[in-house]
Amino acid sequence: MSPEDRDRELDEELRFHLEAETERQVERGRTEEEAERAARRHLGNMLQIKESARAQWTWPQWEQWLLDLAYGWRQLKKNKTASAAAILSLALGTGACLSAFRLIDALLWRPLPIAEPERLYAVTRHGIGPSGKYRVSESSSYPIFREMREAVAPQAELLAVSYAERIDLTFRTDAEMEKAYRQYVSGHLFSSFGLQPAVGRLLTGDDERSPGTHPYAVLSNAYWRTRFGGDPDVIGRHFQAGQTQFVIVGVLDGPFTGTEPGTMADIFVPMAMATPASLANANSFWLRIFLRPARGEPVLPLFDRLRAIYVHHERERARHFHDFPKELLANYPTDELQIQEAATGVSTLQSDHRRSLLLLSVLGGLVLLIACVNTSNLLLTRALGRTREMALRISLGAGRGRLIRLVLLESAWIAGLAVLAGGVVSWQATPAVVGWINPPHSPARLYLPLDWRLLAFGAAIAATITALFGLLPALRASGIQPSGALKGSENPLWRGRLLHGMIAVQVAFCTIVLLAGAVLGSSYRDLSRQTIGFDDRRLLAVETVAKTPQAPVYWSQLAGHVRSLPGIRSVEIAEWPLLSGEMSNRFIAFDGAPPVRTLTYFYKVSPGWRESMGIALRHGRDLRPGDSFPHTALVNETFVRTYLSGREPVGRQFTIAGKDGKRIPVTIAGVTADARYNNMRDEIPPIVYAPFVTVDEAGVEQPMRRATLNIRLAQDSMGTLPAVLRREITNFRSDFRVSNLRTQRELVEMHTLRERLLAILSLFFAVTALLLAAVGLYGVLDYSVWQRRREIGIRLALGVSPVRLVRGIAARALGMVAIGTFAGSAAGWYAYRSMDRQLFTGSSDFWKLLATPAAVLLVMALVASIAPVVRAIRIDPLRTLRSD
Amino acid sequence: MSKLELLQGTLDLLILRTLRFGPAHGHAIAIHIQQTSEDVLQVETGSLYPALHRLEAQGWVAAEWGRSDKGKRARFYSLTGEGRQQLRREQTRWEQLSDAIGRVLRSSEGRA
Repeated sequence: MSPEDRDRELDEELRFHLEAETERQVERGRTEEEAERAARRHLGNMLQIKESARAQWTWPQWEQWLLDLAYGWRQLKKNKTASAAAILSLALGTGACLSAFRLIDALLWRPLPIAEPERLYAVTRHGIGPSGKYRVSESSSYPIFREMREAVAPQAELLAVSYAERIDLTFRTDAEMEKAYRQYVSGHLFSSFGLQPAVGRLLTGDDERSPGTHPYAVLSNAYWRTRFGGDPDVIGRHFQAGQTQFVIVGVLDGPFTGTEPGTMADIFVPMAMATPASLANANSFWLRIFLRPARGEPVLPLFDRLRAIYVHHERERARHFHDFPKELLANYPTDELQIQEAATGVSTLQSDHRRSLLLLSVLGGLVLLIACVNTSNLLLTRALGRTREMALRISLGAGRGRLIRLVLLESAWIAGLAVLAGGVVSWQATPAVVGWINPPHSPARLYLPLDWRLLAFGAAIAATITALFGLLPALRASGIQPSGALKGSENPLWRGRLLHGMIAVQVAFCTIVLLAGAVLGSSYRDLSRQTIGFDDRRLLAVETVAKTPQAPVYWSQLAGHVRSLPGIRSVEIAEWPLLSGEMSNRFIAFDGAPPVRTLTYFYKVSPGWRESMGIALRHGRDLRPGDSFPHTALVNETFVRTYLSGREPVGRQFTIAGKDGKRIPVTIAGVTADARYNNMRDEIPPIVYAPFVTVDEAGVEQPMRRATLNIRLAQDSMGTLPAVLRREITNFRSDFRVSNLRTQRELVEMHTLRERLLAILSLFFAVTALLLAAVGLYGVLDYSVWQRRREIGIRLALGVSPVRLVRGIAARALGMVAIGTFAGSAAGWYAYRSMDRQLFTGSSDFWKLLATPAAVLLVMALVASIAPVVRAIRIDPLRTLRSD
Repeated sequence: MSKLELLQGTLDLLILRTLRFGPAHGHAIAIHIQQTSEDVLQVETGSLYPALHRLEAQGWVAAEWGRSDKGKRARFYSLTGEGRQQLRREQTRWEQLSDAIGRVLRSSEGRA
């Protein structure tokens, strides 16, 4: 019931009383007039009754809250500019935090949408990798999976899931080739995960019985909706992927898209449909193993069984290693088997970005804190301006709690609106950031729903920041002494000190953010400025596959054909694109000695490749047509430095192991300069550049299933060239097909993507933090000038030089900035020292890195002080003194 | 006998007690208290209505619009379950209080 309704009812009630009393008096024999007068007398002062009756109406709690909320809204509207500034600056911070949360939640925290995700474990290997760094390997071979599966049954199910792979496929009725993510999975994965079909059936254990005989596919719900518009008739449709034709048997219900956050599998096919070679090869690591113990089954005994299998299997495997140095074989396997909880899935993106995302969320949080300090300052100065209003409220009987609530609700408005605005920011920003995570040809795909987790986090942020920036002003407002405040005297100690302290805090946070920006920016610069050793300008890497393996001569002819196309300067053949991450390595031996302990990397190229890549030839001769592997090869300078220490390399031989373990000699024809091979981070390894023409012992040239055409363009723009190349390559010989076309620049930049992402975002945070801190400093200075206007006016009138006044004002501000910078640098130094070097190169000196933020902060402080200082000098003593 | 002003809190008790006989509107309650106290207790309308609204807010009485004997729209108050309990508590307390005061008064009389 509204207050108005209640008033009306009270009126009616009292009117009835009056009438009833009048009637009673009339019955007692008075005249109508007399009776009415007596009744009125009897009733007493109507207004007073109403007033005191009204006072008895207790509002239900929520109604009072509503009233206070409405009051807060009015306060907000009263100071539109200031409120909007506060909301906007907070929105940047909350937007950053919400985005970080969405990313981290989607990638690291959200459990897989399966039954009892906590009952899922991943089987991994931990150890020191060839580069000497600790590493976790998640991949396994199919043969070891089968052995392990036997070992844990029936107490646990063992599930194999391949890496989701972006493949070309055609639906039979559509001639066009399209891309989709395919994942090989164990047949009983779906039943084990408690998943249901939306239409058709899911795969079962029966779909894994024998290799190559279960060409059935299940679609993810998301893919079904986007590709087929949710058409139930999709069941029974065929598609061609590689050599195999699959039939769609079902569609998943629910959001499950695999166990690999960052990649969404579109199509699930049975493990048994992988190539027979992969299924049988114990040296092919292409799947992840998951352990799903039966409910209530202890994990440790299962783990022991798995470890026993692992050690036995690996020892057995090592017996077939050729060239493997004996001393390494002695305590093989050096990696240790581990099982880890996998409720949130397992993916490379997770391990690559765990630290960087956490770091970014810390930066976002700091920006939010800076914005909170700003808002707190704003509300504090506003509260000082409202001292009299608050004093009046206290005099009228408002309780301390009520006043705190009043101010806090006003803050809650600001926080709530800021979180809403931040939500809009993150709505736009998060997918953009996801787009930056991976190279454009294999974008990261994350499920970013608007769910209760996000809403809860948003509410938590709103509550936290309300408390952070609203509590001080609220306590301040409620602690007012009305007697003093109404007379116009204030506690002089209060003003300024707190506000200036907040400036120091803000500058400290800002320093940390700026430092992080400087560190991450410089390490991105270091990494991207590294020499790659070859010319990546106007260079394309066109990965080409053949339906059936083709003789080297046809590949050469293909290269010749492409070379004849307009706009192309040169075309050379390589095994795979440089820096694509692919590699091949062996142990080599010299002069009949046992194989050396370090790995040597191999890369097969056509004769003109070195020259067209711009890799210098240091000694000897280049590869020539007619050279073949394993007879002749080039080696890089690191090879010479590592193995030959000063001895003449050209003409020297090393040996590699043949299929039967027999040593095959390779003669070094020349030495090239060092160039990047498969990554940008590690030292360049010893590399052998071998002719792409490979012959067997009988001298027969081996056909090749795939190769990469390195195409140098005549001009910068590609134009329609990609389409032309795809068409021409297939036209040349229908066996050939382009499977992937990338620029070499793209491949190089792929290696600095994470650093670039960190650099861009930390720069963004740094600029935001700086702006907010500047606004905060300006606000406080401006306010203190305004508050001290009388004093300043008097001083000016007494003849104090403006320069001295200015020095006084600026000194205080700079002092605060200095304290803040010092505190921030100290914290930053500590963080820098304790952080590992995974996210940044750390090549620059910390003090050098600190110079930029310190200088920037100093400039910021000076710029922010200009306006208040000018205002102080312009104070007209006569006018200020008269105004009060 | 002079008319007595009601003590604070006593009015609540009297209202609750009155309502024990069934729902009644404000005027009827006032008249009833006046009559049963043989006109000694004069209920100030100025305090009756605020008291009724207070009791309503506390949930001891409920209000409803109805028709008076003469067919006019009036607001009827009735005792709620909680109100009944409150009445019992108040009555005991009142009896103890008046008892105690009575004893004090008597003892001082004795000494005087």
